[in-house]
Amino acid sequence: MRVELDEPKCVASGQCVMAAPDVFDQNEDDGVAFLLTEEVAEDQLDSVREAVAICPAAAIRLLAS
Amino acid sequence: MVDTQTPEVPGYPFQRDLRCPLAPSPTAREVRERAPLSRVRLWNGSTPWLITRHADQRALLTDERVSDDDRYPGFPYVNEHRADIAGKTPRMITNTDAPEHTRLRRTVNAPFVVKRIEAMRPAIQKIVDGLIDEMLAGPNPADLLTAFALAVPSLVIADLLGVPYDDHEFFQVNSSKALDGALSAAEAGAASRALGEYLGKLLRVKMDEPDGAVLSEMGERVKNGEMTFEEASNMGVAMLIAGHETTATMISLGTLALLQHPEQLAELRESEDPKFIANAAEELLRYLTIVQTGVRRVAKADIEYNGTLIREGEGMVFELHAANWDPEAFPEPDRLDLHRSARTHQAFGYGPHQCLGQSLARLELQVVYGTLYRRIPTLRLAAPIEQLAFDHTGTTYGVRCLPVAW
Ligand code: HEM
Ligand code: SF4
Repeated sequence: MRVELDEPKCVASGQCVMAAPDVFDQNEDDGVAFLLTEEVAEDQLDSVREAVAICPAAAIRLLAS
Repeated sequence: MVDTQTPEVPGYPFQRDLRCPLAPSPTAREVRERAPLSRVRLWNGSTPWLITRHADQRALLTDERVSDDDRYPGFPYVNEHRADIAGKTPRMITNTDAPEHTRLRRTVNAPFVVKRIEAMRPAIQKIVDGLIDEMLAGPNPADLLTAFALAVPSLVIADLLGVPYDDHEFFQVNSSKALDGALSAAEAGAASRALGEYLGKLLRVKMDEPDGAVLSEMGERVKNGEMTFEEASNMGVAMLIAGHETTATMISLGTLALLQHPEQLAELRESEDPKFIANAAEELLRYLTIVQTGVRRVAKADIEYNGTLIREGEGMVFELHAANWDPEAFPEPDRLDLHRSARTHQAFGYGPHQCLGQSLARLELQVVYGTLYRRIPTLRLAAPIEQLAFDHTGTTYGVRCLPVAW
């Protein structure tokens, strides 16, 4: 699976970093999220699904690669 | 012809059932069960839409046609004061939409970046332990609110902003006074003005002598033109106001809810699992959903939503407690269950305006819930719950005084 981040929508809540710290991180200056990897490993799937569910801006999508 | 089918439009905010002081109003449930979208009547007679279901709130609070601009005609103001000042207040994150909101919010996000907040854990632990030491050395019984709960967020925000240690007492005394319902409006107003002036002065000092904390960081942004001096000092005050009573209430009401569920309190007290403690904080946020006046928005365009037409200029009120007690999202919602997965609760709102300080609030609650009951294992209520006075009128629900003994 592949993860996609719609950066302009991101409101820097950091929820994704809390849910899946191996996949997401935040800029120090404005808090906007960025991806550490686009490919989501099997053992990261649950945490990325959680990030999708709690992102307040609906900015994260999980896609079949 | 008398219409006997259409139920009367209920007044909002709804009244709670005084016998269940920790539950949402029974009206919230009736309305949620009857229809996804319905009307409520506000203080000024207007009848905006009320959105009660979890899934509908998520869909509509992320819809670009749903606006937080309080100058827009039809905006469902919380009260007359808010209606009067709309349009006179500067544009801030709390009254703008994308793209302006996005730009403004990106200037204030840095201190709330998750990793930076997490780094505050040892400092917050120290504050919480120090306050517990003081409480244990003081009178027993005590009011948990003034002896502990209000002091935690005040000292934490002082730390975050960079208020010098010598001024902590001034800062804490005045920020508690500003929120003290027992004081006259004049006294509370004076305390809040004193704080505003103090933060303005401190911001100037920090612009000359930066220290790496939030005020000096905002001072840097003022110097390089990213934000104005007023925006920076308003933001300092906003962080204090938005984060003080809310966090304090989650400490006092959370403790009250746990004391009503002794087996779960015992489990929390004995737990050393940070994941369980964090989960308990989420469940208490869900269960109590302390913001009781609803999230307010207005439709900037016609919105066709699941067969209902929300017209441009119509107000929208999102009832957070109803959504957090929606059985479609949280089975048996009236049960406090520290093990359930509650992470998708909307106690911090949803959409682009979701609480800026949520990571800080979470951290404070995790430290408090993980420390207070362990350090004071005999903590108990010192008055029957029936005698407690609850605040039914403020933006956040709360208890005015929580007598505890140990
Ligand atoms: C348990 C504690 C807290 C609760 C329950 C809470 C709740 C909320 C809610 C429901 C909103 C959304 C309002 C809306 O959508 O219109 C919000 C927004 C906000 N909160 Fe909190 N809050 C808490 C703690 C804090 C703290 C600690 C801070 C700051 C240090 C803070 C600062 C803010 C700000 C600045 C906003 C406006 C964000 C925007 O409009 O973009 N809050 N809060
Ligand atoms: S959860 Fe969504 S809004 Fe929050 S930082 Fe991640 S992508 Fe941005």
